[in-house]
Amino acid sequence: MLLNAKDIHKTYATADGPFAVLRGVDLTLGAGESLALTGESGSGKSTLLHLIGGLDTPDRGRIEIAGADIAAMDDNGRAALRRGTVGVVFQQFNLIPSLRVAENIAFQARLAGQNDVAWNQTLADRMGLTPHLRKYPEQLSGGQQQRVAIARTLAPKPKLVLADEPTGNLDEATAAAMMSLMLELVADTGAGLLMVTHSLTLAGRLDRRVHLRAGQIA
Amino acid sequence: MTRTALSALLSHWWRNPLQLFTLLAGLALATALWSGVQAVNAEARASYDSAATTLGEASFDQLVSGNDQPIPQATYIALRRAGWLVSPVIEGQIKGVRLIGVEPLTAPGGLGPVGLRGGADIGAFLSGNGQLFGTAAAIEALNDHNIAGIITPDVAPNVAYTDIGVAQRLLNRSGEIDLLIVAPIQPLIQTPLSEIAPTLIRRAAQAGSDVGKLTDSFHLNLTAFGLLSFAVGIFIVNGAIGLAFEQRRPVMRTLRALGVPLGRLITLIAIELMLMALVAGIIGVALGYVIAGLLLPGVAATLNGLYGAEVSGTLQLRPSWWLSGLMIALGGTGLAAAGALWQLARMPLLATAQPRAMAMAAGRRARVQGALAGLLLLLACILAATANGLIAGFTMLAAMLIGTALGLPIILSGVLAFGARRAKGVLAQWFWADTRQQLPGLSLALMALLLAMAANVGVSTMVSSFRLTFVGFLDQRLSSELYITATDTDEAAQIIARITSEVDAVLPIQSAEQSIAGLQTEIFGTRDHSTFRDNWVLLSSGEAPWDRVAAGQAILINEQLFRRGNLKVGDLIDLSAVTLTIAGVYGDYGNPIGQAVIGEDLFKTLYPEIIAQGFGLRIPDGDIGRIRTILRDEVGIPDANMINQEGIKAFSLDVFDRTFVVTTALNVLTLAVAGFAILMSLLTLATMRVPQLAPAWAVGVTRAQLGWLEVLRAILLAVLTAVIALPLGLGLAWALLAVVNVAAFGWQLPMYLFPWDYAQLFLFAILAAVVAALLPARRLAKTPPADLLKVFSHER
Repeated sequence: MLLNAKDIHKTYATADGPFAVLRGVDLTLGAGESLALTGESGSGKSTLLHLIGGLDTPDRGRIEIAGADIAAMDDNGRAALRRGTVGVVFQQFNLIPSLRVAENIAFQARLAGQNDVAWNQTLADRMGLTPHLRKYPEQLSGGQQQRVAIARTLAPKPKLVLADEPTGNLDEATAAAMMSLMLELVADTGAGLLMVTHSLTLAGRLDRRVHLRAGQIA
Repeated sequence: MTRTALSALLSHWWRNPLQLFTLLAGLALATALWSGVQAVNAEARASYDSAATTLGEASFDQLVSGNDQPIPQATYIALRRAGWLVSPVIEGQIKGVRLIGVEPLTAPGGLGPVGLRGGADIGAFLSGNGQLFGTAAAIEALNDHNIAGIITPDVAPNVAYTDIGVAQRLLNRSGEIDLLIVAPIQPLIQTPLSEIAPTLIRRAAQAGSDVGKLTDSFHLNLTAFGLLSFAVGIFIVNGAIGLAFEQRRPVMRTLRALGVPLGRLITLIAIELMLMALVAGIIGVALGYVIAGLLLPGVAATLNGLYGAEVSGTLQLRPSWWLSGLMIALGGTGLAAAGALWQLARMPLLATAQPRAMAMAAGRRARVQGALAGLLLLLACILAATANGLIAGFTMLAAMLIGTALGLPIILSGVLAFGARRAKGVLAQWFWADTRQQLPGLSLALMALLLAMAANVGVSTMVSSFRLTFVGFLDQRLSSELYITATDTDEAAQIIARITSEVDAVLPIQSAEQSIAGLQTEIFGTRDHSTFRDNWVLLSSGEAPWDRVAAGQAILINEQLFRRGNLKVGDLIDLSAVTLTIAGVYGDYGNPIGQAVIGEDLFKTLYPEIIAQGFGLRIPDGDIGRIRTILRDEVGIPDANMINQEGIKAFSLDVFDRTFVVTTALNVLTLAVAGFAILMSLLTLATMRVPQLAPAWAVGVTRAQLGWLEVLRAILLAVLTAVIALPLGLGLAWALLAVVNVAAFGWQLPMYLFPWDYAQLFLFAILAAVVAALLPARRLAKTPPADLLKVFSHER
């Protein structure tokens, strides 16, 4: 099993007192499998994704990715996980504005020490980014920027791709096209895909769907 | 990974070269001002050290003549025969070079360059035409005397050593000696000095004026100014680094999200900043060298005019100061970046970048900053009431300046909030609120402006008050119309005989040196005349001071002696055989040592060997020319020895003005650096302004209006800062005049206000703000609508 999350709990301190976002979530995902995580706002989807991505730590529970328990890792261990094993596509693209498109695509792969120039070019070609490789992110449209972000995530060929509403900033047609491309490329790499989305249409295109409600699997 | 992450961090600077320039230029300017001042100080101190060893004043006692006459060679021989281990010295001026003749076989070790130190050929020094030891400039000046010159950089500027016989020949003073150096170890049995040479006085080592000590306060002022300039520069660097961090905050989060560990990220940023600090430091040290080169002649002239201290006009590249320049650049950057790095270390990985993160962060810090400002101002108030030394004085200044600077954003925020509440129109309301929102980004530059303006007000008030007092003082003290100097006592007698009937009064100028309250003091014997009674302003006095001085019962002392000797009116002073009451204290500006005035008759009784050779003549209006003619044609006084009152006043004022040339230059430089800070802050902020201004544009405010509002905002903030800078500057002036000046120089000065100067400074501040705001405002006015629209197209 690529991902095995067991009894995940997470509580945040708020002005009104502790707020339990996740209350004993179990989740599994195999290699090459895709899973949609749906739920209402505040149901804990993004929090779960962040915990699996090693961006945050659970209060309780165990998260294994490719056999390694990330809850037991220190900050450096989780950083290493994010560099090479897990790739995250953010809703806000999170590109580096001072680097050109080509440099942004290669960026994570270079951080992970897994830069493959030919694969980067393939990604750029298939994403339709080749004419824009010398441009800076600010010179691209929102859809183009998200394609750069997806290409950057896939460049180091991660085992697990996490996507947090990756098409949330895009119009319907662009979102659909983007989704097709992403699924195609993820399938090519054999990675597992866990995607948070509000859209049931997009969720329907993935292998499985899990619905979160009030911090628990519905 | 490291290289990739570093390249991502550095790419920010290539895309924002202006910000890079701000950072480097701010730090380089700060380092330049600091290291420039340090270079000048180091050069001057090195010159003092050379001067201090010129005649071993600090190490050896000296025998000097008590009657201003040369010591006969016979006296020297008599002393040697009586067992006194003394060595003769003669000195004089040739072409502006102080020529010192020494006798190397009897001179104590460490005195002069011959014999002295390794490698010197005593035979060549003593035989034939002899040798001259000195700096290249001194040797060059004396090269037409056919004496072999040995360039010796360690010798003080404008000083040359030679054998005493050669010096006597060159000075045309055969058989004469000016002083005798007393070897530290003497035979146990000696004939007392009073029996062999009763006219000689033994001057203890260090009894002479210690130039290094006298000039300490001057250098302390320079160093304080250098530090102030550096502080202004650090505000710029802090602002630039803060903005760079703010702009790169999302990138740093992305880097961390993509797997760059926090520790590595902080290390990389620290390395990046230190590299920049090193580059800026090198540029700054080079600039500092140029500044020092430009300032040094002024400083040399100042020190010479004020203290008679010779300072080499040539700058040497001393490792101590350029290394300290680099260290201060690195340290300053570390100081400026510490807060930003701390924030980075605590920055949560998942918190989304907030558009108003800076404002929110500033809001959180405001309370701490306000409390710190309050504490510092409280400390300044306590010290204002209690400080009585240089360290306490400068601590008070620092607390006052930093406390007010820290409090500035809070005060401005309050004023702007008040403005927003009072605003009527919707645009005015938005303008006040938007200006308040800009404060966090601009506050460091405004603090720099506040410090620079306050320093300008404070220092210019001090200098102008000093000048006004000094001019008044010169009018009091230089009331004789003509001052003449006789070459010897015979000529002095001729002057008195010939001129007394031609003028209103002949006032002798005669003085002797004596220690009072442990301080070296120059004692003047003054004739009882209305010139003194009417013109001299006493700072404090007892009853009928001049009558008691004339009667030989009392003494007047200058403020320096009064303060340093901890004396007061009514105290008794033992002066040789008599005890005198202090009848009054007079201001004596510009004089580094103690001075006292006694009656002429008492002076003659106490110092019978001193015969006045200088005179002040009181002459009716329009008669000066006739008197000069008589003195020149009938008595043979050369024109050079007759100086009109106006001439002395002009000379004194020239010395005064030169003294503050350096201060003025540093003042202007600091202000320029602050102006630069505002420009750079506005330019940097302009790149972040589009999202804030786009909504106003969208609802109908034209781009041109927005541009003008930006200029108006800069003017408003500059004016508000200037309003706060004025009282702060006046506080600074008061502290300089009433605390620092007293501790450093020994006299207190009255404080005058110069509204026109302040108005000019106000105009300058507004002009600087307008100039700084014009470029970003123009950019804003020309922002393509497409760029403004992007703000909305990226909205989620």
